[in-house]
Amino acid sequence: MAKKNMSLTKVPMPEQAPDVRNKNFEEVALGYTAEMAMEEAARCLNCKNKPCVSGCPVNVPIPGFIEKVAEGDFEAAYEIITSENALPAICGRVCPQENQCEGKCVRGIKGQPVGIGRMERFVADYHMEHAEPVKADIKKNGKKVAVVGSGPSGITCAGELIKKGYDVTVFEALHKAGGVLSYGIPEFRLPKALVAREIKSVEDLGVDIETNVIVGRSVTIDELMEDGYEAVFVGSGAGLPRFLNIPGENLLGVYSANEFLTRVNLMKGYKFPEVPTPVKVGKRVAVVGAGNVAMDAARTAKRLGAEEVYIVYRRSEEEAPARLEELHHAKEEGIIFKFLNNPAAIVGDDNGWVKGMEIIKQELGEPDASGRRRPVPIEGSNYILDVETVIIAIGQSPNPLIRHTTPGLECQKWGGIIVNEETMESSKENVYAGGDTVTGAATVILAMGAGKKAAAAIDEKLSGK
Amino acid sequence: MYKIVKKETLNSVVELMEIYAPFVARKCEPGQFIILRVDEDGERVPLTIADYDREKETVTIIYQVLGYSTTLLSQKKEGEYVADFVGPLGVPAALEKKENKVIGVAGGVGAAPLYPQLRKLAENGTKVDVIIGGKSKEYVLWADKFREFCENVYVATDDGSEGTKGFVTTVLQDLLDKGEVYDECIAIGPLIMMKNVVKVTKPADLHTMVSLNPIMIDGTGMCGGCRVTIGGETKFACVDGPDFDGFLVDFDECMKRQGMFKEEEHECKMMALGGEA
Repeated sequence: MAKKNMSLTKVPMPEQAPDVRNKNFEEVALGYTAEMAMEEAARCLNCKNKPCVSGCPVNVPIPGFIEKVAEGDFEAAYEIITSENALPAICGRVCPQENQCEGKCVRGIKGQPVGIGRMERFVADYHMEHAEPVKADIKKNGKKVAVVGSGPSGITCAGELIKKGYDVTVFEALHKAGGVLSYGIPEFRLPKALVAREIKSVEDLGVDIETNVIVGRSVTIDELMEDGYEAVFVGSGAGLPRFLNIPGENLLGVYSANEFLTRVNLMKGYKFPEVPTPVKVGKRVAVVGAGNVAMDAARTAKRLGAEEVYIVYRRSEEEAPARLEELHHAKEEGIIFKFLNNPAAIVGDDNGWVKGMEIIKQELGEPDASGRRRPVPIEGSNYILDVETVIIAIGQSPNPLIRHTTPGLECQKWGGIIVNEETMESSKENVYAGGDTVTGAATVILAMGAGKKAAAAIDEKLSGK
Repeated sequence: MYKIVKKETLNSVVELMEIYAPFVARKCEPGQFIILRVDEDGERVPLTIADYDREKETVTIIYQVLGYSTTLLSQKKEGEYVADFVGPLGVPAALEKKENKVIGVAGGVGAAPLYPQLRKLAENGTKVDVIIGGKSKEYVLWADKFREFCENVYVATDDGSEGTKGFVTTVLQDLLDKGEVYDECIAIGPLIMMKNVVKVTKPADLHTMVSLNPIMIDGTGMCGGCRVTIGGETKFACVDGPDFDGFLVDFDECMKRQGMFKEEEHECKMMALGGEA
């Protein structure tokens, strides 16, 4: 075993300089070299009780893969990661590691935890660059399963089932597969070529992805069952944008984060007029919310040329739900944070365009139902923030199309599909669900974990185990 | 890829296409719409369904060659393909049998989505009349097809080259003044036309449905770009509509929101025509 690296900090991640990257859409973090990965791997103490693994929603054998990285056997490391995680290149980039594996790392008690996400990303990228595609030899069992949605949960579920011998068809409502990985997360955080590659790898295994089919409109779940699909997995995500319900929200220049990001990511609006879908930002932009989607929207607006971009958030920085890295990157790129600021109204000009946002300052009161201290308005603190564009990024709910067209499918009041958490089966027999459509907007890795769990349960049921 | 099975030129600015799209053709109902992309990197363009054939599994769309994407679409020939064609989107129109009569009002290409709605009403045993408007005779669409099931087909043209000289609202007002009794009015056309129809029908307390076609991206409720105010409440035209009670629609807001990308649309059209942006 190589000598341990007792440095208190992670091997730094090479990145584009903030002032350069906030003007382009290329990836911010450039990734470790083999030497850096091996150096970082030597920080892992390989402790006996492996707290990191318990922090991982899909239980990747983390110390095992790190050991292989330390030895420089990156393909072996890849094998270990992909035994539990089908999309490592994506997870290495977008998982909130600080709340998961790295949050439990012993090295984090004094100093920084081991850079698990960075090594995961390195291993996945290394594999993509070096490995020859393997032709899988799968014995078919003749049973058909349908998957609704080609986001992280659907793709994972499809990938697992195809390997078990099922014929799998994934139905995607948009013209492009990937779900939130394609329309939501920006290029500079998750390159689309990489998403396309991960999707192609499940297609290479034999998964059939039918784009432009809206389950709930083009076809219903009952019709799929009549068509011979023996089980259906619903991974339709949380695509419905929430608005603030304050005056002025329908003014020109107000976007939901979904619309703004979809215009840029899916429709490539940043290339307008080379592509025909426009996206428009003013000189000054206010993004409401402080989650990952809000950070994505703010940093995208900056890259589209906005001079001043504000994050307006009613709670304080401590409560901001975004990954630490996203907050950090956003700050570096010059995003201005207005914490404890709550929008009261959006103000328009005579032509119906946004010219400002009325804001009430807040202070923190007693903890609320979420356990976070409740923001309380400070009377008389209202002021107008001059902006020409407003982007609302306060969360998404599950799309109602499927629950409205699937009799017997029980849902929560807020729209989430109710499932048995052990099997992910819904109240409707042989209909399974997972990901954001069950939990509400959460993380890529949780969605993948749900897809995987459902695939195992579907196999168990259909194969009569 | 979706095959253009048939292409027809209806007048100097309006064309018809029949597209092979089994998933849409099997399920679509009058009042619903589709979204198409002409080619890779293309815009997602919402178009109302003008007709469908469940056996041939085709869907008919009618479009006015106006901006960048419809110009590109127009360059496609019969037998060629469009990249994407998805639907049916939106809620089917409520078309139960009515006791008396329903009047349809169409402006320009609005005749296309109105056609299957009135036909379904007629099939259900409701008597229907229609008023079709256009700039001049050439732009009056499908009068013959409407005659197949409408009791009366009225035409209004701006220049008087066919039917009444004036707007569809002139004809509508006349009919109401003459004491014609209708249970419902269905108006589909430019926003300004639908707004003016409501100005005529509201005082007469004639329930009026209109079809909205705002700017949208996905058409499934995801972007929220198609927000419209209906009776003081925000609705998404793509999933809550596209048909709404005309008395409740905030048309002025719709018209403003329609213009959100006016400058960009112009720039883009110049590109389509081969010029420098």
